[in-house]
Amino acid sequence: MNPFLAMLARIKAVAFKEFLQLRRDRLTGGMIVGIPLIQILIFGYGINMDVRHIRAGVVDEANTSMSRSLVSQLEASQVVHFTERATNVHDLRRMIAAGDISAGLVIPRDFERRRLGTDRAVAQLLIDGSEPGVEGALRALAMMPIRDRAADAAVPLRPLEVLTEYNPERRTAVQIVPALIGVILFMTMVVFTAISLVRERERGNLELLITTPVKSVELMIGKLAPYVVVGLIQTTLILLMGTLLFDVPINGHIWQLYVGASLFIGATLALGLVISTFATTQFQAMQLGFFTMLPSILLSGFLFPFDGMPEAAQWIAEVLPLTHFNTIVRGVVLRGAELADLAVPLLKLTAFLVVAVTIAATRFRKRLG
Amino acid sequence: MTDQETNSARSAAGTASGLAIQARDLTRKFGSVVAVDHVSLDIERAHIYGFLGPNGSGKSTTIRMFCGLLRPTSGTVQVLGYDVLRDPEALRTKIGYMTQKFSLWDDLTVLENLRFMAQAYTLDKHRAKRRIDAVMEEFHLRELSGRLAAAMSGGQRQRLALAVATLHEPEMLFLDEPTSAVDPQSRRDFWESLFGLANRGTTILVSTHYMDEAERCHRLAILSQGRVVAEGAPETLMSNLPLRVVEVQAREVDRARGELHELPQVRSLAQLGLRLHVLLDRETPDPAALVADRLRKANIDAEVDVTRANLEDVFVAATLPGVPSMAPERAA
Repeated sequence: MNPFLAMLARIKAVAFKEFLQLRRDRLTGGMIVGIPLIQILIFGYGINMDVRHIRAGVVDEANTSMSRSLVSQLEASQVVHFTERATNVHDLRRMIAAGDISAGLVIPRDFERRRLGTDRAVAQLLIDGSEPGVEGALRALAMMPIRDRAADAAVPLRPLEVLTEYNPERRTAVQIVPALIGVILFMTMVVFTAISLVRERERGNLELLITTPVKSVELMIGKLAPYVVVGLIQTTLILLMGTLLFDVPINGHIWQLYVGASLFIGATLALGLVISTFATTQFQAMQLGFFTMLPSILLSGFLFPFDGMPEAAQWIAEVLPLTHFNTIVRGVVLRGAELADLAVPLLKLTAFLVVAVTIAATRFRKRLG
Repeated sequence: MTDQETNSARSAAGTASGLAIQARDLTRKFGSVVAVDHVSLDIERAHIYGFLGPNGSGKSTTIRMFCGLLRPTSGTVQVLGYDVLRDPEALRTKIGYMTQKFSLWDDLTVLENLRFMAQAYTLDKHRAKRRIDAVMEEFHLRELSGRLAAAMSGGQRQRLALAVATLHEPEMLFLDEPTSAVDPQSRRDFWESLFGLANRGTTILVSTHYMDEAERCHRLAILSQGRVVAEGAPETLMSNLPLRVVEVQAREVDRARGELHELPQVRSLAQLGLRLHVLLDRETPDPAALVADRLRKANIDAEVDVTRANLEDVFVAATLPGVPSMAPERAA
């Protein structure tokens, strides 16, 4: 045979063998289809710079027909959606701190007088500067011309006064760095645990351990405990770098952040455990880890605002622990929120932890078969 | 007094006659495949009991059921008087298991592996230290104590695995093809260690596919396709072989082989260099004469002798159809 054809034949043999192995490995096969499918869906629908329906609250101290018209005109823009009503600015600020709303409209008592005058802004828009993407959209909204109901022509442009809370200098690092804690913890915790358990099974260590008095629950806790420490070290590291290099302020109580981080580490470790019960090789564990990472990074509000995503993407985001941890971490670090304000995301994280541990425990049997 | 000393005391007093393992109709199916098919066995204490059989004959599956790693589809098994199914946790500290594949941690040193396993077996501090010292001495691991398991040879790893398996002084040791990855000298040393343990009262169940290893056991079971096809002491099995054995030495060994194949009494032929090992029906009156006659007629110059059966003959005979069973009947 001519040497070139012989080479081709050998390459073909190797390629065919590879294909056969790929076909036997169901999980990898699934990933081949699954990863692009999920990516397309997330990038296509999830990432939306054209932010709409930002949850907002309003304090209407004037309560005139014109002030109500201002609210409805802003709402008609579809950029904001007024879900909350507050009686004073203090309450409005607390809602922002808790992450319930990302913007607050304050219509002062002397709204009508301001409207007729020319020197002062008619109302104030408070913007949560801790979330990426939200601020720009709201700033644009504040420039919107407001129509006077009586004269249908646009009144001279009188933009709303904009106050960016928590991030007055509008630095992206302030929004991104605290949320990086969650992303980095997620990346390391899920893959570390999944791989470390699958490796023991792959190498046969598990079969030996099963014949010892070590119980499966002891094995799980023992294997996960070191990673909790690893996770807390990572958290500290990122916080230190954030304050030293990026000048990120820590407005809340740091111990409360560690409480939230511990809960989140628990949730990610549990997810890693679940993955380890599905994967049979370290390679598969790695793949499944990345598979959960992708939607977490894109949908959790880390880079793109949660409010900008379509409903379906928000459902997925609700299931992801990173979404809730981002709310907690931005709440505590940037908005100075208290754990009590963040009860909802904390409860959702706890629910995730409980469900994941239950799934892992039922699938992880000490007996081999 | 340690567990082992208790054992040897009992053995010396002749009270260790109880059974270490009693299995009845043990069966395990994987889907439609019957991996272990109604295995019934009695294993006496302080014996080295062998499982001989090819890969896939059910050796590992049976051992794993004995250790409580695998649930039998049907049948019962008692290990050291405990029901494995009902009381697996009680057995954990009394048995030691050495897996077929090296299953200690490659990225831990010898000493770290030993310390971890001592803790896994919940040995108290003093006993752990004493036992680690003892097994390092016994299995010549002291000079290797700081070496990573990944950097050890097959024989060294196997010594470490046996050291770990005996760390907690189990009454019963399960060794699943322990010598498959080691050189002949290491195998000899390994068997010396096994006899040492058995003499001190430990019961050992060892699976192998080496005939010479099987011959060293006090008793053995030959497994084929999940069934016990022969069982007994190696010498008994060899002397009671229900076939006749003839050895032929011939220059034209290939032609002799063809001729003997024609004989209806010949059940099996195996070539060893220039020799042929021939198994014939038991009823054959004078097998050597029959073979010599046939070869003479074919003009083949050959030397024919009746010889003693070896364990391989037992194995071959046990797996041939129509050969009387060599497995004793057992009451359920």
